Amino acid sequence: MKFAVISFPGSNCDMDMYYAVRDSLNEDVDLVTSDATNLDGYDGVLIPGGFSYGDYLRSGAVARFAPVMESVKEMAAEGKPVLGVCNGFQILTEANLLPGSLQHNTSMEFISDWSKLRVQNNDTMFTDQYEESEVIDIPIAHGEGNYYCDDETLAQLKANDQIVFTYEDNPNGSCDNIAGVVNEQGNVLGMMPHPERAVESILGGTDGLKLFKSLLNHVRS
Amino acid sequence: MYLAQIYVHHKASILDPQGEAVLNALQRLGYDKVDAVKQGKYFEVNIQADSEDEASKVVNDIAKDLLVNHNMESFEFDLKEVAK
Repeated sequence: MKFAVISFPGSNCDMDMYYAVRDSLNEDVDLVTSDATNLDGYDGVLIPGGFSYGDYLRSGAVARFAPVMESVKEMAAEGKPVLGVCNGFQILTEANLLPGSLQHNTSMEFISDWSKLRVQNNDTMFTDQYEESEVIDIPIAHGEGNYYCDDETLAQLKANDQIVFTYEDNPNGSCDNIAGVVNEQGNVLGMMPHPERAVESILGGTDGLKLFKSLLNHVRS
Repeated sequence: MYLAQIYVHHKASILDPQGEAVLNALQRLGYDKVDAVKQGKYFEVNIQADSEDEASKVVNDIAKDLLVNHNMESFEFDLKEVAK
């Protein structure tokens, strides 16, 4: 199995994601620059956190036009797994691969902390190693993680079981405590918390590991 | 040549924590007549177009494609004819 971690100018969690796959999952992984024009040969693509293009205009708004995004869209359309974490989530919403938007935290503060998440849907390719309604500890680090969508979109997310993770103690004002959502097809997941920072006990926890293992099982099967 | 002055702001239904923070700061400074603040974005865009209609279409297109997140934001603009 081979994964691609996309490095945009300003990505700063790309190595975290890379090490999570290489050292904790023991799978092949490449860092791929955002100038790349094809992702042939990869089984899944991981879009890491950071401040792509300095968050100019809006978080993720400029990254959406990076050459590699055409290939990311193709992979998403083919049903291959696409995971966006933090700025990766923001990029996926700006690219219209996921519904909703991420706005400033209601507190206006950048929050770097551990957060308790509830697995709302453990029947996805990203979460089937978790128990139903399992509560997990995953770090967050964001200033713009306040998930917003209109009422109609929220109703659709609920009807299709697209809300995958919610916060137990909503840190940022997200509507319905949403921390992560999948697209309707279930192969594109965006989440603000950082599972790649919770894959070894030395990091403070291992609750993120099951996400990567779920993904690996899916790709293998 | 046209100069487009484009104003992007949060939709009324969307929380504007930056505007709230500025409002709180102003009130702390003693500006007790200040009642509400909304923070938005302002763009000046020069457009080579032969008519106001053509320039207007370009503004609407770039707003849709990049400048505005239609999920959360709305926009308005003024157009002025300027020398080349």
